[in-house]
Amino acid sequence: MAALSRAEADARSPVVFDLHETTVRALNAELHAPTATSYEVLHPQGAHSLGAGIHDEIDVAVRGHAGYFCAGMNQLGRVVVDGSAGNGVAENMMSGSVRVRGDASQSAGATGRGGLLVIEGSASMRCGISMKGIDIVVGGSVGPMSAFMAQAGRLVVCGDAGDGLGDSIYEARLYVRGSVGTLGADCIEKPLRDEHVAELTELLDAAGLDHKPEEFRRFGSARGLYHFTGDHGSY
Amino acid sequence: MCGIIGLHLRDPELQPMLGRLLDDMLCGVSERGPDSVGIAVYGDGERNPEGHSAVSVLRAPGDLAASAGALLPGTPTVTARVAGDTTVLSAPVGVEALTAAVAAAAPEALVVGSGNDLVVYKGAGHPQDLARTYGLRAVSGWQGVAHTRMATESAINPEGCHPYSVGADQCLVHNGSFSNHATIRRELERQGVTFDSENDSEVGARFVAACLAEGDDLEKALLRLGETFDGFYTLLVTTADGFAVVRDEIACKPAVIAEHPRWVAMASEFRALAELPGIDEARVFEPDPGKVYAWQR
Repeated sequence: MAALSRAEADARSPVVFDLHETTVRALNAELHAPTATSYEVLHPQGAHSLGAGIHDEIDVAVRGHAGYFCAGMNQLGRVVVDGSAGNGVAENMMSGSVRVRGDASQSAGATGRGGLLVIEGSASMRCGISMKGIDIVVGGSVGPMSAFMAQAGRLVVCGDAGDGLGDSIYEARLYVRGSVGTLGADCIEKPLRDEHVAELTELLDAAGLDHKPEEFRRFGSARGLYHFTGDHGSY
Repeated sequence: MCGIIGLHLRDPELQPMLGRLLDDMLCGVSERGPDSVGIAVYGDGERNPEGHSAVSVLRAPGDLAASAGALLPGTPTVTARVAGDTTVLSAPVGVEALTAAVAAAAPEALVVGSGNDLVVYKGAGHPQDLARTYGLRAVSGWQGVAHTRMATESAINPEGCHPYSVGADQCLVHNGSFSNHATIRRELERQGVTFDSENDSEVGARFVAACLAEGDDLEKALLRLGETFDGFYTLLVTTADGFAVVRDEIACKPAVIAEHPRWVAMASEFRALAELPGIDEARVFEPDPGKVYAWQR
């Protein structure tokens, strides 16, 4: 659950991969069969697939902006991007944690099954699309169509959510502190009960954010689209 | 897939570096479209000098400069520069006159760009190879656009490259596909608009050109495009003084904008922007769906 903190990330003595001098392929080959526990990636310059497919308990610090699919399919790894991340950061994450200190592009945490994704800045459209158990905490705002068809897991948005939040949502729980543009089909506001305050407290702590849980509103599925009925003739 | 880059310089001191900056940006989107490329540059005083106009042509016969010059009043000298598949002709005459002379002298040639400030290059092959053929790194100017193509619907040839430049000093580059372009094409044809290709992006370019000709500004023209066209698109549209980006309401096709006091840049991916001077201080954001972002010189 706990994300890699800044202090922890900075305290270790990592193996350095400078992408001015080596390739993403060489980096990922090492990360897939690690000979160390801590890595630092220099000059990423928006390269794709950095740290995709990690399946060991290692720390990876990306010093700069990452491209598409950074830390995709992560299992057990703790990845920090000291910059922004492109499309599909931590897509299909299974476990471990990914922290983006800047903004994230579209489809952050898409289809993720577990682990914690923290985006300290804002996330673009379709954040948490089809999430299946991942926890996502966004320090800023999320773009339109976020949590589309979200099935399980928690999405916490400390800023605003764009239009179409939670369209066709199943059982994921969404928490938004700021405004919500419009709610998607079958997504409704629900009461924030004690157990929700408790899980929000836990998620905000894990993300290192100190907002009051009571400032958030909860959204989830009205469960009106689970079954076809006579009312859904247009479908 | 396809890749788009665009750079609009605010600081005149950067103008001698335009080609180098564009070439670096092109590297960042080459993987998105490795089969062909189109490049448009505004303010290249060497290929399109002050007081001249230029016409960019594919399938140009070798004697086109002389034969087009002979058709112009006063038979001015027409300069031809050949770079790969593209020939750029320039002369100290108005753009309509030069375009008409080129079309009359070589009906088999295809005009792919024209303007008082614009030159367009297109070619099949790897984007980096073509950039070298054009000598892109040495080019100066105040605005540039390029498109790297991964052909999906029509052949890999220079004619299929973007930008579509169908009005003087206008360019449109498109990542995506329009779904109702045939209907809009028929409507435009009824209004007298003629087309060079079967390409859906050309319909978008002709539509925008028609809106601009009616007096719309870039923002209004692109909002009208959004009301009329169905499909997926990220568009970058440039004119003699403008630079605008718009995405469809679903925004599946990527786009990143970076705004800096010295420049405005747009690309399909951040990595194409990573080498721009001052990128760390720039405001980097993704354009919202359906919203037009426009800048004027």
